[in-house]
Amino acid sequence: MAEPGFPRWAAAVLGLVVLVAPLVAPNDYWIGVMARICLYATLALGLNIVVGFAGLLDLGYVAFFGIGSYLYTFLASAHFGLHLPFLVTLPIVIVLTACSGILIGAPTLRLAGDYLAIVTLGFGEITYLLLINLDRPVNITGGPSGIVGIDPPAVAGFALSRNIHYYYLFLAALALTLLASARLRHSRIGWAWQAIREDELAARAMGINTTVAKLQAFAIGASFAGIGGSFLASWQRSVFPENFLFTESINILAMVILGGMGNLLGVVAGAALLVSIPEVFRDLQRYRLLAFGLMLMVLMVFRPQGLLSSERRSQEEPEPEAGAEASSA
Amino acid sequence: MADVLAILPQQLVFGLALGTVYGLVALGYTMVYGILFMINFAHGEIFMIGAYVGWWVLALLLRAQVGGLHPAWVLPLMLLPAMLFAGALGVGLERFAYRPLYLRGATRLGPLISAIGASIFLQNAVMLTQGARMKVYMTSLLFPRSWRIQIAGASISALVIVMVVVAGLMMWGLHLLVQRTTLGRSIRAVAEDREMAAIMGVNVRRVIAVTFFMGSALGGAGGVLVGLYYTQIDFFMGYSAGLKAFTAAVLGGIGNIRGAMLGGLILGLVESLAVTFMNPAYKDVVAFVLLIVVLVVRPTGLLGETVAARAKV
Amino acid sequence: MLKLTDVVTHYGPLRVLKSVNLEVRAGEIVCLLGGNASGKSTTMKTVLGVVRPTAGRVEFEGDRIDGLPTEVIVRRGISLVPEARRIFARMTVWENLAMGAFTRQKAPAGEVAEDFERVWALFPRLLERQHQLGGTLSGGEQQMLAIGRALMARPRLLLMDEPSMGLAPVLVDQVFDIIQAINRSGTTILVVEQNAPVALSIASRGYVLQNGRIVIHDTARTLLATDSIRRAYLGED
Repeated sequence: MAEPGFPRWAAAVLGLVVLVAPLVAPNDYWIGVMARICLYATLALGLNIVVGFAGLLDLGYVAFFGIGSYLYTFLASAHFGLHLPFLVTLPIVIVLTACSGILIGAPTLRLAGDYLAIVTLGFGEITYLLLINLDRPVNITGGPSGIVGIDPPAVAGFALSRNIHYYYLFLAALALTLLASARLRHSRIGWAWQAIREDELAARAMGINTTVAKLQAFAIGASFAGIGGSFLASWQRSVFPENFLFTESINILAMVILGGMGNLLGVVAGAALLVSIPEVFRDLQRYRLLAFGLMLMVLMVFRPQGLLSSERRSQEEPEPEAGAEASSA
Repeated sequence: MADVLAILPQQLVFGLALGTVYGLVALGYTMVYGILFMINFAHGEIFMIGAYVGWWVLALLLRAQVGGLHPAWVLPLMLLPAMLFAGALGVGLERFAYRPLYLRGATRLGPLISAIGASIFLQNAVMLTQGARMKVYMTSLLFPRSWRIQIAGASISALVIVMVVVAGLMMWGLHLLVQRTTLGRSIRAVAEDREMAAIMGVNVRRVIAVTFFMGSALGGAGGVLVGLYYTQIDFFMGYSAGLKAFTAAVLGGIGNIRGAMLGGLILGLVESLAVTFMNPAYKDVVAFVLLIVVLVVRPTGLLGETVAARAKV
Repeated sequence: MLKLTDVVTHYGPLRVLKSVNLEVRAGEIVCLLGGNASGKSTTMKTVLGVVRPTAGRVEFEGDRIDGLPTEVIVRRGISLVPEARRIFARMTVWENLAMGAFTRQKAPAGEVAEDFERVWALFPRLLERQHQLGGTLSGGEQQMLAIGRALMARPRLLLMDEPSMGLAPVLVDQVFDIIQAINRSGTTILVVEQNAPVALSIASRGYVLQNGRIVIHDTARTLLATDSIRRAYLGED
């Protein structure tokens, strides 16, 4: 896993730490926190593909998370009476969520920057509104009270029940998504994404099919969310529309930014920070969002390249002070 | 069908009232975008804070048991502080959360994220200081329910008339200012060619601050009017109202002042008509769908020209 | 009036002006010549404060102006007719001129009216089109508008960036006649040009800028007369 400047031995140590962590955790609650970190890290890696690799500012990523969760619920709960086994549901959900990625991404292809952000935000909101309202006339989503009684993941008769089981499942998934992300980055698609991120027009001029590349980014990013969604549904054993608010999109985006967009381990670290810090300050829970908003502003003003990234990514050629077009010298 | 037709005139009245307020708030988005090419995501919260300031003024007057409350003098007393506070807040945001970012130039992501952060911060600041429960505007004490007229099957309350008149006057005033005064010309110059405007001697930073002030003040006024109309306000109202006002701005052509007013009207009417024909719970979906359709099909909006779409994140 | 001493200007990581020394005395027309990418426009931008010099001094009427913000520099009496006109396309002719007079807001109203009259006299075509949008004017008319707009500020020093660009030869002659007329009425002018012969025909002195450095400096007459210079730098014969 060739992360810049990350020596092999450090990776090995980290791997070891992560494997034995739950055994030294103070209590089960904290194992749950660790599991949540892995879950969100997976989500953040998915968004990282869309935002960090391809440069598509997606403010509605939570839509895929919700779609994945509810799809899993439809296939593995008492709601529709379907109880498909975990190893069957997971792939189905991944594929279907990827398709939703293509569906939502398609209209956005010609947009860029702020407009892309707003449209994806709109899709995120529409998804939430559908989740909360599609219990009439036909009860599809269970409405505001959500759906309960979701089957836990079960493999070969063994049903996950304790936090520690979930932790290792999520950890395995995280490892796989990390690997996949690293592979993608140095693949043909990865280069295409980078070209698009830097200068879409130039990328097209080089012969890159930007439409396909962007849709691929959306699809793959969404599929990670599909994984995350399945995990959430099967762990929480229930889903509610409230799990998929706009603030969640921003939360996940913050993890990507905090870690330095595109930096894989940074993104995971960002997830770890943003999940664990509120836990540490549990008593100050009411100030959580306040601090979060402040953090975003401060981060952008003082360190937009993220806490953990070493490159000065956002320092491109400075424009002249009054900031209009550059005329030839 | 007959009962739908029966309530149609009333819905149109609602749509008109709503539309003028959407237009008023949309102006804030459009002015800032026109001059900085950034979406002030926190504008919805400025609108919300305007509503709270208006509430406070009314509550203070009621608590002091001031007699003879008449909208002719109470309304300006509510609007003025709301507008001033909102304007100042906008200027503060620009100075501390946006200016360090857009001066750096290259990335588009920075100002947007900072604006989102500001939005979340303001929402929660209000929630923590004002309480999470909604506050009630005692509109009926100011505008007795009996003050209404009947036209063509629709009952138009005095409040609605006042809303339309006040919002309309403000928008007209802004239009005049931008088109006829030196300040307005300098704003248009900065929006069109910032460097050239500086070479003409315009203090670009001051013009940007003034633009933020005016756009935010109008948003604050919109907050007071919406508070009076819906009688309930809460710390979260800025979010959907903000997105809808943004939709209105985009619909009319972002950066275009007349476009914002037109877009507001259209959105207000479309929304109330849609509610007539379908499940009111999906009211907000109408706005979002409209937004997506406009941005995908005709991003320049109805009255707009070029779209400054920079691809960099 | 205007003096640049050892000015170095960077554009991002690129050093565009390597060491520029030039001087414009009151009442003169001086021209700054050079090919593409020689640094001519950057020199203009440096004087106006649009870009800050990394080293060196820019002085106007004895005071240092490098480092001051553009809107302050301009108020001291410097106006620009920019490259490619850059008039405000979405404003009318009248409004463009009014913007030109932006720095004169405190002046008595009568004076600004006089300035309008002066521009109408110089450019009767603009008077005819005064309520037309700038974007609808032809190239030549836009050039006139750009000049008129710069004059509205009653500048003591007028900077002109490639006034001949994109204009038909007969228009170029007209424009340069007008430049001479403006100079005769008391305005000092610094013209940046690629079209050397025309510029030198009205100037008293000329500088040649190449790769960010002044390589030649002499009277206009000498520059026009010396064959070797003509061939090497002025692209003639």
